[in-house]
Amino acid sequence: MPETKGATKEQIEERVIEALVEFGEERDGLKGSTKFADLDVDSLDLVELAQIIEDEYGIEVQDTDLDKIETIDDVTALVSQRLA
Amino acid sequence: MATEVEEAVREGGTEEAGARSRVGCALVTGASRGIGAAIAAELAAAGWPVAVNYRADREGAEGIVAGLESEGARALAIQADVSEAETAERLLGTAEDELGPVMVLVNNAGVTADGLSMRLRDEDWDRVLETNLSAAFRLTRRALRPMMKARFGRVINVSSVVGLRANAGQANYAAAKAGLIAFTRTVAVEVARRGVTVNAVAPGFIETELTAGIEGPIVEAIPARRPGTPREVAACVGFLASDAASYVTGTTLTVDGGMTA
Repeated sequence: MPETKGATKEQIEERVIEALVEFGEERDGLKGSTKFADLDVDSLDLVELAQIIEDEYGIEVQDTDLDKIETIDDVTALVSQRLA
Repeated sequence: MATEVEEAVREGGTEEAGARSRVGCALVTGASRGIGAAIAAELAAAGWPVAVNYRADREGAEGIVAGLESEGARALAIQADVSEAETAERLLGTAEDELGPVMVLVNNAGVTADGLSMRLRDEDWDRVLETNLSAAFRLTRRALRPMMKARFGRVINVSSVVGLRANAGQANYAAAKAGLIAFTRTVAVEVARRGVTVNAVAPGFIETELTAGIEGPIVEAIPARRPGTPREVAACVGFLASDAASYVTGTTLTVDGGMTA
């Protein structure tokens, strides 16, 4: 059920930030260039983020994709690229 | 759907005595008779709509469902052989479509193919490991996704005392049931932060069709001096599924009249 097909980068970024807030991060200061390494984000959070992306955007995220992700921008780029 | 679940879970703070305060359903594998049927009844009594999975005993499963419905519960019989790899998606999918997301998964389905190790055939080994251990993994993997989203979930694996101490003639069953206990512990720590608990129960000698005809010295060796009943196992599963057990995870609750004490 890819309801959000054709989402803008801003929308995707907002969704990722929203997910991080659900995982317990403070919303203030979260931006595109924020590095996951600087947050209290672990492997379970990344797996869940991948599942949210898969469910909401109808794309597939591999473990190898997750390995390359360092920032929120990286996630946004990955999703826009797959949706394009 | 996710939002609906999340909202309901968030609002689900009001606990009435024994009343279920959440959306979704419970799925019990191998629930057409014995311990599984008793677990289905226990969860239905706690207010869960229950998906009653069975492999071959359609009549039994439909009888259980009719019984639960006559008590005012929602229930549904779903045929599926858990030893088949495709089953997890179909079984969970059907339960979700009909009763809502599976928030309580009870991996109960089990088979035996006994024999001394030297005489066990590969197929006896494989069949027991597939049904008793691999199926629990596949169903749990599929079930965790909606549970993580909901920030609530209960996975309860029905192990056995045979997973904790030796029982000659059941090397395959013992390996599977011990595997289930180790699986339970590890998955529990992986998902604990999401409000999902994963526990096991390890029944001892319980009066069911599986144990019919075994009596005498075995019963005398049980400190309680009697076999257990399916209801006594189901009560423990009911506790682990309840809100009262929210801080219990990764453990194995023995229900064995003292056999492993």
